[in-house]
Amino acid sequence: MAADILLWEALNKALNVEMAADDSVFILGEDVGLYGGSYRVTQDLYAKYGEWRVRDTPISEGGFTGLGVGAAMVGMRPVVEIMTINFALLALDAIINMAAKIPFMSGGQFPMPLVIRMPGGVAKQLAAQHSQRLEHTLMNAPGLRIAVPSTPQDAWWQLRQAIRSNEPIVLLEHELLYFSKGPLDAALEPIPMHRAVVRRPGRDLTLVTYSRMAVLVLQAAKRLSAEGIEVEVIDLRSLSPIDWDTCTGSIQKTHHLLVVEEDCGFAGAGAEIVATLSERCFYELDAPARRHAGLNLPTPYNGALESASIPTVSTIMDAARHTILSGETS
Amino acid sequence: MKRDNLISMLHDMLLARAFEERAAIEYTRGNIAGFLHLYPGEEAVAVGVLHAAEPSDYIVSTYREHIHALVRGVPANIVMAELFGRRDGCSKGMGGSMHLFDRERRFMGGYGIVGETYPVATGIAYTIAMQELPEAVICFFGDGAVNQGTFHESLNMASLWNLPVLFVCENNRYQIGTEIHRHSAVTNVYKRACGYRIPAEYVNGMDVLAVYQATQSALQRIREGTGPQLLEIETYRFRGHSMSDPGSYRPKVEVQAFKDEDPVTIVLEESIPNYPTEEQIHAVGEDNIAHLTGHLHREGYIQPEGVILMKKEADKTVNHAVEYAQQSPEPGMEDAWKALNCNRGKEVLI
Repeated sequence: MAADILLWEALNKALNVEMAADDSVFILGEDVGLYGGSYRVTQDLYAKYGEWRVRDTPISEGGFTGLGVGAAMVGMRPVVEIMTINFALLALDAIINMAAKIPFMSGGQFPMPLVIRMPGGVAKQLAAQHSQRLEHTLMNAPGLRIAVPSTPQDAWWQLRQAIRSNEPIVLLEHELLYFSKGPLDAALEPIPMHRAVVRRPGRDLTLVTYSRMAVLVLQAAKRLSAEGIEVEVIDLRSLSPIDWDTCTGSIQKTHHLLVVEEDCGFAGAGAEIVATLSERCFYELDAPARRHAGLNLPTPYNGALESASIPTVSTIMDAARHTILSGETS
Repeated sequence: MKRDNLISMLHDMLLARAFEERAAIEYTRGNIAGFLHLYPGEEAVAVGVLHAAEPSDYIVSTYREHIHALVRGVPANIVMAELFGRRDGCSKGMGGSMHLFDRERRFMGGYGIVGETYPVATGIAYTIAMQELPEAVICFFGDGAVNQGTFHESLNMASLWNLPVLFVCENNRYQIGTEIHRHSAVTNVYKRACGYRIPAEYVNGMDVLAVYQATQSALQRIREGTGPQLLEIETYRFRGHSMSDPGSYRPKVEVQAFKDEDPVTIVLEESIPNYPTEEQIHAVGEDNIAHLTGHLHREGYIQPEGVILMKKEADKTVNHAVEYAQQSPEPGMEDAWKALNCNRGKEVLI
């Protein structure tokens, strides 16, 4: 029976279950221990597992993420929390040059069971340096996998799957989703970590999205339905690899594609998604595949400008109508 | 110092010199490509440090690491095959000169980005400490690497959590072409360790025995639970930074002065009872004769003929290594995908 739970609580439970099951799982990051985590995700774990397994680190993102890499090479399963994705820029050498490449450039000798959790996205007026999306940068690093849960159920399973995997996996967690509620059915069988899911079936438009935008897109789809537009909503759940088959199957039915992302549009995640799906589905599409993305703008502090810099339910609806209309007029 | 240890160190130093000089030749022949950073002049560091290590210790090294791998026990064939980019190389041709790995021998890699060895070493050491094992991690880095953030971040964490890491600075006085006085406000690397409460020591890197002894005591302190230690081992590379660098920024007199301090020569002084002939010295390498004259009557362990024999053996080993590398197959693209997906297990992706 599924009880409703907050997304951060689902992550917390997932960590607890995996740490109890496997001594090689340990957490490290800034304020993850005594303080309980900036978003409460590691709450109570320090008291339960002690300082060696829930390690408060100095403010040294490059150093402690690299420490996770070294530990993973000798079979540990470190879960590194980078307080916010913005600080991950200081750890990109450890993530891209080390975690993603060591198994490869050693000729396949080393495991890399490293999980790096990063809260991110545009939250509430945190200004330019604390409102970034870096999925495009990480997607371009072969050897890394990227999970983007949007529901407590997915957060629960995807974190557990990431911890059990021997590959380096980045979990992008949206800061505005931590306190979103949803069912968690612990008895439900997990679906593969990289598999996309159809959140809502529809016949008129395939709308591919992920993370917090999946929540907004579902709201937009509901309202569009009242206008007679039936949107099929695909939540990718994983940005590397991407489950293309689920997307192409949907496009074969709707003949229209819109990608909604919070990432900046220019060279963002959506650029890859639209390019690949256009290549694969060119003759299926009745209209040009489109992106609706964040503006190519550092996030402004001002609340109204901040809202205007990323997709909202209303702009998503406009983009959906436009995508369908451009097919009809062409 | 026991005779066998000394002979074994001399063997490794001679092999190291022969291996690297041959690698340089194979590079000019086009058999080795990319960046090739050679070790001549610095042999006493790798040999002295690694002879003091246990097989259960972990080694993390830089991009100038052929000799660290060799001395650690990776066969010359396998190292040469990797330099040639072949399937039988220790990284199956995916890594090359800068990325030698051997999991079985706990050789945890050569890293091409300056400053990466520290976090890898602290991560392994964290695991050792967590599991309360008697092992240690030896972390190599150059003088140019001490100005990277990871140096300070990792020394701080290693000390804070009392991790079993031996930080070994191979101070060859140059970060590529920038001399240490021009890249570091404090040029004594060992002095920096006190900022992190890490015991540190300066060692003459031209004297393999001094390196060996300093390493042995540092490792002993680590195993006793004293926490991380740092050795600054001053050395000198006879060649440029890499094969694309003639090293012309260094004054000739400086290069010669350090060649006079050649570690291979010094270990010979320690081991040869009689003054060798000019011819014999020439056979051991292009090292300075004058330096040997002060040590004529020392009680030695090896005859000059023995050294010549060892040198010949080293050349033979290197010749075999080159033959082996030449005959090893090129890896295919399927090998590359296999390496990339080595940790995927049974999971089927789209």
